[in-house]
Amino acid sequence: MASNDGLPSSQGTWVADGAAPAGTALAGLDALDLAGRPGGGRGRLALRVWNAFWPKVLAIGLVLVIWELITLSGFKKNIWPGTGPTLANLWDQAKTGTLWNALANTLESAVIGFAVAIVVGCLIGALVSRIYVLRAAVGSLITGLQTMPSIAWVPFAALLFGNNNSAILFLIILGAAPSIANGLITGVDYTSPLLLKAGQMMGLRRLSLWRHLIMPASLPVFVAGLKQGWAFGWRSLMAGELIVLVFNHPTLGELLNNDQSLSDLQSATAIIVVIFIIGIFVDGLFGLADTSIRKRWGLVEIA
Amino acid sequence: MSTKTVTEASAVTLAGVSKVYGRGPAAVQALDQVSLSVAPGEFTCLIGASGCGKSTMLSLVAGLDKPTAGDIAVSGRVAMMFQEPALFPWLTAGANVELALRARGVGRAERRQRTGELLDIVQLGGFGTKRPHELSGGMRQRVALARALAQDADVLLMDEPFGALDAMTRDVLHDELDRITGERNLTVLFVTHNVREAVRLGDRVVVLSSRPGRVLEEFEVGIPRPRRIDSPPVAELASRITDRLREEMSRHGE
Repeated sequence: MASNDGLPSSQGTWVADGAAPAGTALAGLDALDLAGRPGGGRGRLALRVWNAFWPKVLAIGLVLVIWELITLSGFKKNIWPGTGPTLANLWDQAKTGTLWNALANTLESAVIGFAVAIVVGCLIGALVSRIYVLRAAVGSLITGLQTMPSIAWVPFAALLFGNNNSAILFLIILGAAPSIANGLITGVDYTSPLLLKAGQMMGLRRLSLWRHLIMPASLPVFVAGLKQGWAFGWRSLMAGELIVLVFNHPTLGELLNNDQSLSDLQSATAIIVVIFIIGIFVDGLFGLADTSIRKRWGLVEIA
Repeated sequence: MSTKTVTEASAVTLAGVSKVYGRGPAAVQALDQVSLSVAPGEFTCLIGASGCGKSTMLSLVAGLDKPTAGDIAVSGRVAMMFQEPALFPWLTAGANVELALRARGVGRAERRQRTGELLDIVQLGGFGTKRPHELSGGMRQRVALARALAQDADVLLMDEPFGALDAMTRDVLHDELDRITGERNLTVLFVTHNVREAVRLGDRVVVLSSRPGRVLEEFEVGIPRPRRIDSPPVAELASRITDRLREEMSRHGE
């Protein structure tokens, strides 16, 4: 701390005779500015996971209640799958292992297909956002693909690849990649011009500009694109599995198909419950990623 | 744009620089035949009403834009600060500064050490791990200053860097800027619309006319440092410059 004898101190320049050194005044201002701000506490992981998932648990509870109400109302009494019997059916299927086998196969396709879709989507997105001619030519095609109902591709995929898993992977990639590419393109477009100027002044060029500025700046929109891509991909996967039956490769879609053939409404409902839960679970994962990005950026108040 | 041989005596030279945006009848002449020479280590403030092209001038000197006519010569590296801090929100304060060092190719070990030093210079030693949104506006602008210093520039361009800050914070930051530019012998081109700020900081105040931007008059400040924004000599010169600006503004009202 500088003494108040009128000599320049190492802490800062004198404002004028007798005034406090700038450095000290500055430290005081900083302390005042930061007082009353949330301290940036990150919270424990378990708590964060719980915070993300309890609304989902609530949603599931709500569905169960509505379901039970319909059962009680006596709607289509003879065939309506009651809440209790259906859940019991689900439990039975879980015990025999066919469900787990199908679930594993379906999720495996989902993960592999989505991973390839990310690579393809990023590649297309990066090229289209960088090359003007490509954007003019391909930009609207991507949106066209995105809005195309995935089920329309099923016969095409089945005829092209035959009844095997490649057809199903093809459908997922076709479903997910356009949204992922669009997410990347939009994210790049929305990079703030001011940040681009700052990056340019810093000497970031070409690859380093992409790596240190454009990619991280577009991350929030990109994650939104991923989420949408997953939703489209997951739908394509279900459509594909329902119709493209691969020999000796049970899937959730195939189980649904069997249920329809056997008029087993209870089992079909049980499978729908499984699909529904997976949807909610994955949405929760994307929600976690989104929240953590927004927290880093300071776009949410830290509770 | 051609680059002239830079004489020893000047760090930044603008010779007959004009800038026109657009074409045909919709064209706007932002700058008209502006000539200006800034000596190394000189602190020059550019002041003028809206439409005088002061920000355009900085963009041209920074190389972010090209002049329509005339020559611009800059000796040494150029860094720029904006009215907004323009920090990268996904990086901590320290990482923002470090990225500027990295862009220059400074090695990892040296980067860490230099980042610490630069944050110390702007009196933010303990705040390297904070994210921009966790800092106040004044602190963010100081991180931006540290980032500009990390570019090891000889010429620092500042486009109303304190315009968005409250008067008290601005006052303290003036003292800090005085100290840092003095210690490092930085050449500064400082754009502001605050006349007192210009007189408080500058060795010279250049008054620009509006539409098109031309150099109207230059004032040597010559008031010994340290200065205060509310001291009589600063106020006296500021009111002279304000009178000159008003005269120019009323010309547009006729």
